[in-house]
Amino acid sequence: MNAIILSALCGVVMMFSGILLKNKSAIKYVAIAALLVLIIGNLFQFYSIYTVDIDSKGLLSFNRTGLFFNTIIFIATLFYFILSGSDIERVGNDVAEYFALIFFVLCGVTVLTSFNGLLMFFVGIEILSIPLYILTGSDKRNLKSNEASLKYFLMGSFSTGILLMGITLVYGATGSFGLQSSIIKSSVTGIESAGILAPVGLVLIFISMCFKVSAAPFHFWAPDVYDGAPSVFTSFMATIVKASGFFAFIKLFAAKSADFGPGPAWQLILYVIIVITLLIGNITAVFQQSIKRMLAYSSIAQAGFMLFALYNTNDFTKDGILLYTAAYSFATIGIFSILTKMEDYSLDGYNGLSKAHPVLAFTNTVFFLSLSGIPLTAGFFAKYYMLASSIKAGGTISLVIIAVLFAAVSVYYYFKVIQAMYFKEGSAQTNTPITSGFKVGLIVLAAIIILLGILPTALLSFYYF
Amino acid sequence: MIPLLLILIPVVSALLTFFLKTGNTAKNWALIASTATLLVVLFALCPLCKLEFDVAWLPVLGSRFSLSMDGLSKMLVLLTGISFPIVFASTYNNNYKQPNAFYGLMLLTQAGLIGVFLASDCLLFYFFWELALIPVYFLCSIWGGEKRIAVTFKFFIYTFLGSLLMLVGILYLYFQTPDQSFAIKSFYALKLSLTQQNIAFWLFFIAFAIKMPIFPLHTWQPDAYEQSPTAVTMILSGVMVKMGIYAVVRWLIPIFPLATVKYADIIIIASVIGMIYASLIAIKQDDIKRLVAYSSIAHIGLMSAVLFSMKSIGWNGVMIQMFNHGINVIGLWIVADAVENKLGTRKFSELGGLAQKAPVLATLLVVLAFANVALPLTNAFVGEFLMFNGLFQYNFWIAGVAGISIILGAVYTLNMVQKIFYGQLAPATQNALEIKGNIQFVLIILVLVIIGFGVYPQPMIDLTKQIHP
Repeated sequence: MNAIILSALCGVVMMFSGILLKNKSAIKYVAIAALLVLIIGNLFQFYSIYTVDIDSKGLLSFNRTGLFFNTIIFIATLFYFILSGSDIERVGNDVAEYFALIFFVLCGVTVLTSFNGLLMFFVGIEILSIPLYILTGSDKRNLKSNEASLKYFLMGSFSTGILLMGITLVYGATGSFGLQSSIIKSSVTGIESAGILAPVGLVLIFISMCFKVSAAPFHFWAPDVYDGAPSVFTSFMATIVKASGFFAFIKLFAAKSADFGPGPAWQLILYVIIVITLLIGNITAVFQQSIKRMLAYSSIAQAGFMLFALYNTNDFTKDGILLYTAAYSFATIGIFSILTKMEDYSLDGYNGLSKAHPVLAFTNTVFFLSLSGIPLTAGFFAKYYMLASSIKAGGTISLVIIAVLFAAVSVYYYFKVIQAMYFKEGSAQTNTPITSGFKVGLIVLAAIIILLGILPTALLSFYYF
Repeated sequence: MIPLLLILIPVVSALLTFFLKTGNTAKNWALIASTATLLVVLFALCPLCKLEFDVAWLPVLGSRFSLSMDGLSKMLVLLTGISFPIVFASTYNNNYKQPNAFYGLMLLTQAGLIGVFLASDCLLFYFFWELALIPVYFLCSIWGGEKRIAVTFKFFIYTFLGSLLMLVGILYLYFQTPDQSFAIKSFYALKLSLTQQNIAFWLFFIAFAIKMPIFPLHTWQPDAYEQSPTAVTMILSGVMVKMGIYAVVRWLIPIFPLATVKYADIIIIASVIGMIYASLIAIKQDDIKRLVAYSSIAHIGLMSAVLFSMKSIGWNGVMIQMFNHGINVIGLWIVADAVENKLGTRKFSELGGLAQKAPVLATLLVVLAFANVALPLTNAFVGEFLMFNGLFQYNFWIAGVAGISIILGAVYTLNMVQKIFYGQLAPATQNALEIKGNIQFVLIILVLVIIGFGVYPQPMIDLTKQIHP
């Protein structure tokens, strides 16, 4: 509860800070301070030191996994503020509002990690989404940004409609918004069934969530929106928002998947979705010339891997999604923070970066290695856990092999960037001078990624102890 | 403790090397570090040492940082230990841009290689397997030849795909172990059904076959050898391909005995086809580097054929040959590099009569060439003799066909010697000078090793008997 209240309060504080403070950098520092308060408040609850207790009538329930996930997300946001804060300042004049909106998104995240029924789930999704529509269009004079915002808003509204429809059907079938399974044992036949309404409703919810996490074939909005939005906000959307969407998705369906009826049908849907997502994400990313667009497709491809956590739920899954969130968000935030500093977003714009800015090139390499899942980086263990959870469940080795083949494809486009930075001649230019604080931030981020790659248990030990 | 030292020395010195500023310091430092490693390796060969190391690493996953060293590991660690100082010494005169990065990456590669040969925990093995690959990717791509970027990328994607498939196999086996552990003992104790073995066998085998490489997965190799800087080529062909063979001996065959027997014929036939094919292409080559690359494929093909024939005498031969092939091929690369550096070309058609100008180099190359065709009194003879012995026990006809490759080997090797060193003095060789200093010194050491083990191979044969799977 601490985090929900604090994040909403922080948002309000940020809005007012825009009136009181005229200096843009000062606003950034207020945001960082507010975020630190938020992290501490969340940790207070995580370690059961002090919790603001409000009776939510069973609509919310807080568990360690959710609170720990909040912590990871907040720390990722902290890195995001530190590394990209100055780029947020450059987007436009309403800096305080941008930060306020980001805090409202975080409020949505905290609801999504603690919902205890479809009602709060829906509220969380909406709190998360609406600020994003605004952030996408925040570059007001840029047509692409406007287009992306409108597109995102329209598509998002449709998917929200579908989500509501699904929730209604499930409610109609079970008479409750609760997460408990709606399977009822018929007193006449003795067969367990959930009727037809609940599965149909769940499929609708499923489709809508696939849209939110940009899983194919519901991904079409993602490349355009990610490309059109200001790069700083793309970074936020592709990491923190996406991971939170996944967390909610998994939390909901871990409880509800039994309602689809016996395993295979449900697993078949997911199998197809995972394969299509990996296929479209990876193959399309290969042909991109703009790094920003490539990252948009790569984030679709990464979603394919994260969907593994939905495919099989066992003890590996929970660790896996926590680790994946950390590994993927940290690396992508780092990559985007460098990208926004680049003069030219195309692949050739990175040529020779290692000569001009060795620190940027080196840390960027670490981030890309992590995204490709090379051992000794966090990304390896993230993928490892996802594959392990699937193999442990048994019987799905074909899916694992397909995923691995696409992981090899992903190396192709990730390494293109490394090749440009190190092996090609050129004069990569940054649009602003690189401060040493920025470099230190990148190095810390890269160090965390390598540390997690050697000892993934370092992260998980906070969770278990 | 000793196994840990063998990995720590290269890793720590590599990290230090990255921070060195000027060129020659990095060079000297790498030479010193690799010599220190070599000394530790030699110390490890004495029978009294405790050659196990084991600490908890990822207890939640059932993986331990556990290293151990038996005869097979010793043989390959010795090869790695010898190779690096030799490579550093023989390329001492080459100047690389950013030498600190170059030598740092080289030392990291060494750590990865030694780790592969020592790991007795499968996840750890996988880590080192990749650790050996990543630095090589950067080495070849930054310091390689003209077409380096595309060629190295192909090499990297090939091997990385193999590794990923192996990772799936490792995970599959891991969940079959009763105690959920990656330890080699748990893997050996697995009782897998034939169906289970069939799947997992290929997941592992493809990774190893790409690394060796076995026909038809060899296509990355000649280009990669040609385009890499020579120092890296020496490591690639001298030591790195042995990773594949080592992994088959250490992991593949003991874990999947049934599948091995089932698929042995296919693999042996592919290997033999590869041998003949590579030898025939080698005859047609006009470039020293490409010739040695194809000759290397032929040699590795023989080793893999013998491995899967599952005869113990053949296996002894393979183990000896892994070491000897490493030494011989590094020698050949040194010569190739010396010729290219002095004369600016590697093409036979532009060379000739070099023996008149550089008699010492010619003599040393002739010994290396004899070793490459496994003449008696060179080190390779014992190994090849044992290998063919094993292959004949397996199948007379296959051994017969494989034998043809020896004849072909003599054809292309001696052809190369003749074209470069004898005959008319070509315009390019007019101004050639004799090799001196470090290259001469290194080649003489190699030749001494070749002749020494050719005359008295017993210590190596003893080493092959110290295997305890």
